[in-house]
Amino acid sequence: MAGGNGELKLLGMWASPFVTRAKLALHIKGLPYEYVEEDLGNKSALFLSSNPVHKTVPVLIHNGKPICESSVIVQYIDDAFPGVGTPLLPADPYERAVARFWAAYIEDKVVTSWAPVFRVKTDEERDEAARQTLAAVEVLEGALKECSGGKGAFFGGDSVGYVDVLLGGLVSWLKANEPLTGTKLIDATKTPLLAAWMERFCELDVAKAVLQDVDAVVEYAMALRVRLAASSAANN
Amino acid sequence: MAAKEYLKLLGIDVSPFAIGVHMALVMKGVNYEYIAEDLSNKSELLVSSNPVHKNVPVLIHSGNPICESLVIVQYVDEFFTGAGVPSILPADPYERAIARFWAAYVDDKFFPAMAGIVLVPTEQKRVQKVKETSAAIELLEEAFTVCSKGKAFFSGDSIGYVDLALGSLLIWIETIRRMCGLEIISASKTPRLAAWAERFGETAAAKKVVPEADQALQYGKKLQAAVSAAATSKSK
Repeated sequence: MAGGNGELKLLGMWASPFVTRAKLALHIKGLPYEYVEEDLGNKSALFLSSNPVHKTVPVLIHNGKPICESSVIVQYIDDAFPGVGTPLLPADPYERAVARFWAAYIEDKVVTSWAPVFRVKTDEERDEAARQTLAAVEVLEGALKECSGGKGAFFGGDSVGYVDVLLGGLVSWLKANEPLTGTKLIDATKTPLLAAWMERFCELDVAKAVLQDVDAVVEYAMALRVRLAASSAANN
Repeated sequence: MAAKEYLKLLGIDVSPFAIGVHMALVMKGVNYEYIAEDLSNKSELLVSSNPVHKNVPVLIHSGNPICESLVIVQYVDEFFTGAGVPSILPADPYERAIARFWAAYVDDKFFPAMAGIVLVPTEQKRVQKVKETSAAIELLEEAFTVCSKGKAFFSGDSIGYVDLALGSLLIWIETIRRMCGLEIISASKTPRLAAWAERFGETAAAKKVVPEADQALQYGKKLQAAVSAAATSKSK
């Protein structure tokens, strides 16, 4: 059996949406694991040796072997434990390709446009990042229509799949965006399907077990913003 | 194998993303029709098959479009299997995760840095991109040792997923050398990759698909001219 009874360890940081993706996948598959909270200001030897290339969380360690990058981890969890829980990717190659396409879109268009919102200094830059993110979210609304095809409630159809996990990991940050920046990213008046998806997703037991508290994320992001502003002022 | 209309690849000869997919089809030994697009005058077929990105490559299989080069390569790998048909991704889940990790690294870190050398408007930014490219190729040199385990390619005895991801960029690595004298891969700095690059170029699939570097040089000069023109008009 591919997965075996090997030990699963997840190195993470509570606020990271990418770590949340890995947790969601593990919980959906019903796989027990040990969670290790890393102090990113004082990285452990295990962490640094497990992800020397990026030095970022999450890192999944299975039987002592590290896997890095959240989408790679989620696919690994699906591949390595084929008989366990519900599969995250569908069996049909074409449907898999559609799921992977939207997963790539989330990374390349949503996350890439959005991440700068928390880092840029001017309101103008922040507004531009918000505009691009909203445009990408609107395309996702169309994707959800296509993927759930009236069949079910999720990108994966009747049950959560790969795309739901990748987007689901971002949910607490999606909600935090409005208090942090004034922009509501998932707005029921503009993207009703995604708004309904988000509500439905948050009702799942796995989501309740795993998703971060939105207020805690807001507080974390605000503190991060203050630290970044202070360090850039110091560098000027 | 059915008629050529069954599989259509929309691409441009010099696009590394199209080259990767094209090589995958050749490796699988399937019949397909290759349609060279003119990106300044995109066909109706391209735009309707890839409405999200309106870009190449697109693989149309029995009328179903698949987009995003690594998504297409995985699709081709998963659909075309059987006795005597080579695999592009390894069977073992952990090895697959490693292959996906490095392909993502090439796509997300190496390619943007390398493309930036040609595309960024200022000398200062170019210097930064050269540094990033250098750091990335060093990591890939190390990755080659680990992945190849002493064999000819990242995947072992024959080319696989990471070989395609990085190998499809070789024509542009050569083009950058001709455009600005920079040797990204060289026998002195990256001896293993230099040897690997030669072997890659000698494969049947590369010989069939990869155009002469001159073609890319023409394209590169046009891109650079467009970037300079945009920079000049911005500064007016």
